[in-house]
Amino acid sequence: MKYKDYYGVMGVDRKASAGEIKNAYRKLARKYHPDVSKEPDAEEKFKEIGEAYETLKDPEKRAAYDQLGSHRPGQDFRPPPGWESQFGGGPFSFEDIDLADLFSGIAGGRRHAGPGGGKIRMPGQDYEVTAHLSLEEAYRGAEVDLELSVPDYDDRGLPHRVQRTLKARIPKGATDGQRLRLPGKGGKGMNGGRDGDLYLNIALHPHRLFRVSGHDLFFDLPLAPWEAVLGATVPVPTLGGTVRLKVPPGAHAGQQLRLAGRGLPRPHAGEGDLYAIVQIVVPTVTGDRERALYEQLAQASTFNPRGHFEQEAAK
Amino acid sequence: MKIEPTEASWLSERCEFSLEQLCELSGLSEAELRELVACGVLAPTDPDQPTWTFGADRLLVARSAFRLRRDFDLDAHGVALVVTLLERVRGLEAELQELRARLPRRQR
Repeated sequence: MKYKDYYGVMGVDRKASAGEIKNAYRKLARKYHPDVSKEPDAEEKFKEIGEAYETLKDPEKRAAYDQLGSHRPGQDFRPPPGWESQFGGGPFSFEDIDLADLFSGIAGGRRHAGPGGGKIRMPGQDYEVTAHLSLEEAYRGAEVDLELSVPDYDDRGLPHRVQRTLKARIPKGATDGQRLRLPGKGGKGMNGGRDGDLYLNIALHPHRLFRVSGHDLFFDLPLAPWEAVLGATVPVPTLGGTVRLKVPPGAHAGQQLRLAGRGLPRPHAGEGDLYAIVQIVVPTVTGDRERALYEQLAQASTFNPRGHFEQEAAK
Repeated sequence: MKIEPTEASWLSERCEFSLEQLCELSGLSEAELRELVACGVLAPTDPDQPTWTFGADRLLVARSAFRLRRDFDLDAHGVALVVTLLERVRGLEAELQELRARLPRRQR
């Protein structure tokens, strides 16, 4: 069994009072609670904090934990002789058991342990996992493999951790931050309780070209100055393949050209839009002929891009 | 061994849950859920109907409310305040993401 330093996780002294432990928990919960936190590892961190607090807030569990002694986090250890009988848990095999499962099986939590541990109907636990998808996968729909480490009980009702692999089919139309549900794919219910659900949190990888906002997509469309002035029909990429986009004459930088229905598909019907954002790209003049043509244009044009400065100054 | 894929389902307003289903899936008791409706955190599809139903997307709000109440020891009004502020933060984040997506990449 691997040791976990619950006092270290909570950032409190081993002699901390119940009040100090509660305060530390509240402070850490505000920082790492997955519903309010923006920390990248909030989910994992809050699980650790919740596990530590669950044991340290209960005087009986805390006493049992203190009796385990102090070890390095992650260090393999065995409880001292007689520990099990003193705290009424088990019998356990201490090989592949997680400390959290051990403590859920003793003291106040004992009656809920194991499939035969009581007669109360207990729903299975809900799990949340993040599925990372490319934009192309979200567009087409995808199958993802999910690896879960979940508590399980052997034939004698002893808790241990098992690795579970699940394949989920994500229908087309998912987007960043969206949640999907896999009914009944969470933890097993006990004594006739329903099985838990698995919640998938969709996270899209950043794309080389497209930026995502809901089901709409945005990309930069570089145009040469003469294309912007004269208008042009240019090939542009979309998730469904290249299409030809007609740029009207007189396009200006920052202008948004909408390609209706070329964004991500929406869950039940319809699609988002794709927006091309015009950028005017100025070429490096490489030859005398090009330079001469620009000079000719400068002479011929009456265009003054800073006309409004002069109007302002004249006021 | 070949693992058969499980179809993930949308949580959108187009699918609906009954009050009992929403309680069961979120962990909230019926009394807690009714209190959240009274506080304006959750709205049934048609509050005038004798039997309430909720858009499936409300499950995420109900689950969040359940966790906040449990993990921060909040009462219904405290949960209502946090959920309202969180919804506002999410709205602002979505707006920020859209504005960022509209900015040309070179200028960001």
